[in-house]
Amino acid sequence: MFVETPFVRKKHRREILAKCVFGAMALAMVIPLVLIIGYLVFKAAPLLSWDFLTSNPTNGMRKGGIWSALLGTIYLVVISLCISAPIGVLAAVYLNEYARENWFTRIVNLAVVNLAGVPSIVHALFGLGAFVLFAGMGRSILAASLTLAIMTMPVIIASTREALASVPVSFREACWNVGASRWQTIKAVVLPNSISGILTGVILQVSRTAGETAPIMFTGAVFYRNIAEGNLFAYGIKDQCMALSMHLYTVTTQVTNAPDALPYAIAVVLLGTVLLVNATAIVFRVYLRSRKKW
Amino acid sequence: MKTKFILTSLTLAAAVAFTGCGKKGDGNAEGSAKATSIQNIGSDTMVNLAQAWAEAYHKVDPTVSVEVSGGGSGIGVAALINGTAEIANSSRALEPEEIEKAKAKHGHDPKEYLVGYDALAIYVHPSNPITEISVEELSEIYREGGKIDKWSQVGATLPGGDEIIRVSRQNNSGTYHYFRETVVGKKADFKLGSRDMNGSKDVVELVSRTPNAIGYSGLGYRTDKVKVLKVSKKKGDKGVEPSIPTTWDKTYPISRPMFMYTPGQPPAHVQKYLDWLLTADGQKIVEESGYVPLPKK
Amino acid sequence: MPVIEIEKPLAPAPTPAAIVAPKARRSQRSGAAVFGEKCIEALIRLCGISAIIFVFAIFFFVFREGAPIVSKLDLGKFLFTTTWYPTSLGVPRYGVGALIVGTFSVTVLAMAIAVPFGLGAAIFVSEFCSKKTKEALKITIELLAAIPSVVWGFIGLTVMNVVIQKVFNVQVGLNVLNAALLLALMSVPIMVSIGEDALKAVPDSYREAGIALGCTRWQLIWRVLVPAAKNGLLAAVLLGVGRAVGETMAVLMATGHSVNIPHSIFDSVRTLTATIAAELGETAEGSDHYRVLFLIGILLFTITFIVNLTADLIVKGIRKK
Repeated sequence: MFVETPFVRKKHRREILAKCVFGAMALAMVIPLVLIIGYLVFKAAPLLSWDFLTSNPTNGMRKGGIWSALLGTIYLVVISLCISAPIGVLAAVYLNEYARENWFTRIVNLAVVNLAGVPSIVHALFGLGAFVLFAGMGRSILAASLTLAIMTMPVIIASTREALASVPVSFREACWNVGASRWQTIKAVVLPNSISGILTGVILQVSRTAGETAPIMFTGAVFYRNIAEGNLFAYGIKDQCMALSMHLYTVTTQVTNAPDALPYAIAVVLLGTVLLVNATAIVFRVYLRSRKKW
Repeated sequence: MKTKFILTSLTLAAAVAFTGCGKKGDGNAEGSAKATSIQNIGSDTMVNLAQAWAEAYHKVDPTVSVEVSGGGSGIGVAALINGTAEIANSSRALEPEEIEKAKAKHGHDPKEYLVGYDALAIYVHPSNPITEISVEELSEIYREGGKIDKWSQVGATLPGGDEIIRVSRQNNSGTYHYFRETVVGKKADFKLGSRDMNGSKDVVELVSRTPNAIGYSGLGYRTDKVKVLKVSKKKGDKGVEPSIPTTWDKTYPISRPMFMYTPGQPPAHVQKYLDWLLTADGQKIVEESGYVPLPKK
Repeated sequence: MPVIEIEKPLAPAPTPAAIVAPKARRSQRSGAAVFGEKCIEALIRLCGISAIIFVFAIFFFVFREGAPIVSKLDLGKFLFTTTWYPTSLGVPRYGVGALIVGTFSVTVLAMAIAVPFGLGAAIFVSEFCSKKTKEALKITIELLAAIPSVVWGFIGLTVMNVVIQKVFNVQVGLNVLNAALLLALMSVPIMVSIGEDALKAVPDSYREAGIALGCTRWQLIWRVLVPAAKNGLLAAVLLGVGRAVGETMAVLMATGHSVNIPHSIFDSVRTLTATIAAELGETAEGSDHYRVLFLIGILLFTITFIVNLTADLIVKGIRKK
């Protein structure tokens, strides 16, 4: 018969204590998230409505809605992803499938890793100097989107590479054994099997693009601009635009006598969009992973 | 198959977005196919006023869209020199070097338009017993090397401690430059360690929450959570309350003109906008926003 | 006695690029298909190169704009004095000492808060959780990572500000503590995900050996797993540091933006990133102030480069094992 000695009991107590301590630490992550979101939604509640999303700001941006900022953010996100996703994915394909292991590739890898960690303000410096001034685009949606694209590209490259690397080499070998060329293999086997990882990586960058303020502050976002409500094509590519992140910043720091709930409402819309997109990415990833055949 | 589908739909979406982008300002409810835009960049002090003007002008002339950005008078002047703005807002006059630079870039001197005045108010927390202060004392508080850093030195006893918490602006702000020129001393510098806020509203917000604070910002940013001090030029003189009449007759010592600059003679639609600002309608907005309109002739 | 053959350990699987695919025999594919494929491969190579070009363009551009001022400045005075007066009409002085201390103090305090919680959460997720809780926790942490920095700044400016004022009874709630709390919450998700990867990479044989010897889970973690995974955990911390150093908007709004050396965690400071963000727009292209800001950008670049490089090397070191 196994009899519990005091020593064994002490060990068990320690184990439960450890579990509680670490569990508490993990909980300490969850609780602020819940508190913050709850508080924001609570303070923003008086202003949230469909009208808020689709009408323009009026009366010195104290009343009305956030349509122009919301549309601007959508434009920036879509255009910058259309630029960075194809280039990033193809660059990752090159680095993972084609590039040989030599000093040049090592430098490239180093550069990509480094670029992923560059502070967003340095991207803003680059965007201002290269796109706005040097390339003569002026402050415009195009310059801002290019700056955002360069910001998200390294992360897309990194996540795509991981997705590509997760496809077992045996799949590729099987294709080569039946005589397929490299590109045929990639197109038919590697890409389809890694698409879940790639798409997840791209979708996660949506939230980052929507939330960044510093890169667009100097390259294309304005304090105020009047556009027609309800029109999805109100901005041109050479125009400047309002953006949700910039709008939150200006309403918090510039607009006096705004109703208390206004900055909270903008924060909730921004946060809500970001979280919604992230949740979609997570659901997508879980679905696609369940369909994986290996 | 799935890849193909996803790739095609992404490309289609991109194509739609791009063609949509091509139609600049199309589908406007007002029906005009081409909306001209005026870039208006500069002073944070004036940004709310500029936005109110832009909003009102859009009803006057729907074909023109005025795009307003803040950032500080320094940003407006830089945009004027770089050529990225049609109108630069500035809450201070251009320095001679800046005029030189603009002339070198564009070929003519920038044109100056006086559009109103702004009284620079000194804000303290409502619980602060002090009611007036002199420019001399302000200089000693804010200037590098100035001797006043406790409330007791200006004759006030605060419950929360004696330290004066200085709230200031960042150095891209025209308000910062103006305060330095008028109060601190043009060639002197601010004392380091002040909380340098980003916008005119931030200063008032911070002061309203900090019992020991003192800060300066445009009169248009006052709220009922802060107290405005009367200001006298010399210590011992009677303090003057900032208001429209005291700005006009210059008895309030720290008020300044608000300017809009264009790089040379502006094109017709910009000139039309600037003219409208100086009409009774435009000036009414100045007063409603808390600034001081131009005296009626 | 028969000689026992010792099996050579299997060589690590070659990367796909290292295996040269056999060329398809020309007679089996049409000329157009081969040409099309060559085009696509050219496109792929172009994209690969373009990514490289962009990366180097940023280095090149920032260095080009900031380098000219190095000859004009006394670097010692630049880095170590605390007088930052770039727009002075008297004597412009460019001393970023206080700014470096500001960045440093906020980062150190943020790490002091984040590391125990982040690593603790990583340990919990990888060792103590059931599968369902693990998924739920990972999702929560990913959502925490998704919150944009301007929203964090907003929370710091409006909510934390008041909380700190009330709880600690200080005058100003925009200070080192405020920013450090925000940065800690922002960098914890990175630490948890990479730390969890590091712990997962420890071979199961270690765990099995520990259990065979009769360890409790706590002993197993503390004495076996953490030391084995310490490289990866260190990398996680370093990446968190990189995130904290490079953060702009949240610190711009939450530190109180004051040029001084903090004497306590309740003092306001200014960071390098916030300085660039606040002053960049106003500088005229090519002026001294403009170049000094780019020089600060180079400084930031260098710091994050070193941090990220170290972390990357450490992670590569683990993968090789």
